[in-house]
Amino acid sequence: MSGLTANTDLLKKILVGFVADEVHKVGVNKAVLGLSGGIDSALVVFIAAEALGPENVHAICMPYRTSNPESEAHARLVAQACGVVYSVVPITPMVDAYFQQFPDADNMRRGNKMARERMTILFDHSALQRALVLGTSNKTELLLGYGTLFGDMASALNPIGDLYKSQIWQLSETMGVPREVIEKKPSADLWAGQTDEEELGFSYRQVDELLFRMVDLRLTRGELLLEGFEASFVDEIYKKVQNSHFKRRLPVIAKVSNRTIDRDFRYARDWGK
Amino acid sequence: MDFTVTLAQIKPKLGCVADNLELIENHIRDAVTAKADLIIFPELALTGYFLKDLVPEVALQLDAPEIIRLLELSRSISIAVGFVEMTDDYRFYNSALYLEDGEIRHLHRKVYLPTYGLFDEQRYLARGERFRAFDTKFGRMGMLICEDMWHLSSSYILAMDGAATLICLSSSPGRGIEGETLGAASAWQQLTSTTAMFLNCRVLYCNRVGYEDGVNFWGGSEYVAPSGESLVRGTILEEDSVTAVVDEGALRRERIFSPMLRDENLFVTMQELRRIERERGR
Repeated sequence: MSGLTANTDLLKKILVGFVADEVHKVGVNKAVLGLSGGIDSALVVFIAAEALGPENVHAICMPYRTSNPESEAHARLVAQACGVVYSVVPITPMVDAYFQQFPDADNMRRGNKMARERMTILFDHSALQRALVLGTSNKTELLLGYGTLFGDMASALNPIGDLYKSQIWQLSETMGVPREVIEKKPSADLWAGQTDEEELGFSYRQVDELLFRMVDLRLTRGELLLEGFEASFVDEIYKKVQNSHFKRRLPVIAKVSNRTIDRDFRYARDWGK
Repeated sequence: MDFTVTLAQIKPKLGCVADNLELIENHIRDAVTAKADLIIFPELALTGYFLKDLVPEVALQLDAPEIIRLLELSRSISIAVGFVEMTDDYRFYNSALYLEDGEIRHLHRKVYLPTYGLFDEQRYLARGERFRAFDTKFGRMGMLICEDMWHLSSSYILAMDGAATLICLSSSPGRGIEGETLGAASAWQQLTSTTAMFLNCRVLYCNRVGYEDGVNFWGGSEYVAPSGESLVRGTILEEDSVTAVVDEGALRRERIFSPMLRDENLFVTMQELRRIERERGR
């Protein structure tokens, strides 16, 4: 489908311009982001390095003791490849200290805690360095809700939130992200050997083809079936998008006044910028 | 007559009228130095685009000091500029002024306020109700604001009213990344070219750049000759100042070679439109 094939030169120009413009207009010139060793954060750090200059970008790798050691090696490789400032802040002590009180916590709670621990570190460095936190969630995972609310989904600016995973792969080639990072299997890296596609139960390419037609082209369920998608797959994905919608919105405020924030008190975030 | 036009492809600050006026004044000063006759700014150049609840805060009445200042500057160069207008009865319009020799030659209020997709104009703004051509030192012109041009009738009316130059002030968001060029850009380029060609008019299109809440504005301001050919085009996604010499001879020649405008049958058009109107009313 041509819609998932991006003009990567144009895309690069828009996204590099976006980071430069939106960072500079708030009166700072730096960005900070978490580098996981995966492709999404690798792509964002390449975009940021080009937009702000590598010396103004601080990439932080925040491994937990069960993270795959290869991830940290890849994070370092990526940081070196684009020349940004790099540091490692392990989250094992904080996360383990917390779960000593809740030893029975399951993998989901542990994964969410880790994502939120990393978020607090990034926002602390945001204050420390007068730098904006860059988000690294792509459109596929945002639509599926495959992320932690107030964890990896939290950021000041997200350059790749309107790109499907299939487009992330394409743009990463153009931007020069190291090959081993592009080619490895996407993983949340909560434990060794975990992969996104196994956990989700479908491949990114499959779901991107469906999401693009469902969300961007607004095809009806009947039209999707005619295009050859399984009814059960269409229904499963529609439900996932619907059920995760709360993650894509601000907290709901009970309305009592005439001007309630975001309902009838409406301003762009770039108000005065 | 031949004249030189500057298309000021600027990046306004959202909601900052004083800063934007300064930016506009700087561009006017440069254009005067470069001996341009006319300078065109984008839609809502004085205010920025995604204003939402800021509309009443940035709106100006026609006797506001900012407008008076621009009127003074129009003694040395003709100016087309977009802003939010507030009327005496507190309506707010997405408006454009054409200023010349210290006078307001024309005020256009955007008729077609897009309220779909990423647009929400009609929630905040009142709708204009007329398209009128007007006389300038450089011939008869018509002004359109962005979405206005996407309705064939707008340009058609202005051409029928005698406009040989169509000025379009725009804040067009860039989107569509699958093709050779940005989707929004190629759609607009097709539109400006087709409009110029069908109506034997020249089009002066001025689009802004910059980002507001992640939305980019793509620039690409251009001068399209009456043949439909784009003769000068600004850069995509970057601030620019585009200068074009508008050649009267090109208009004359085009109207001889392809006299579609001369042959346009206003009588038939009106008769059929009246019939359609009558039938719809039943």
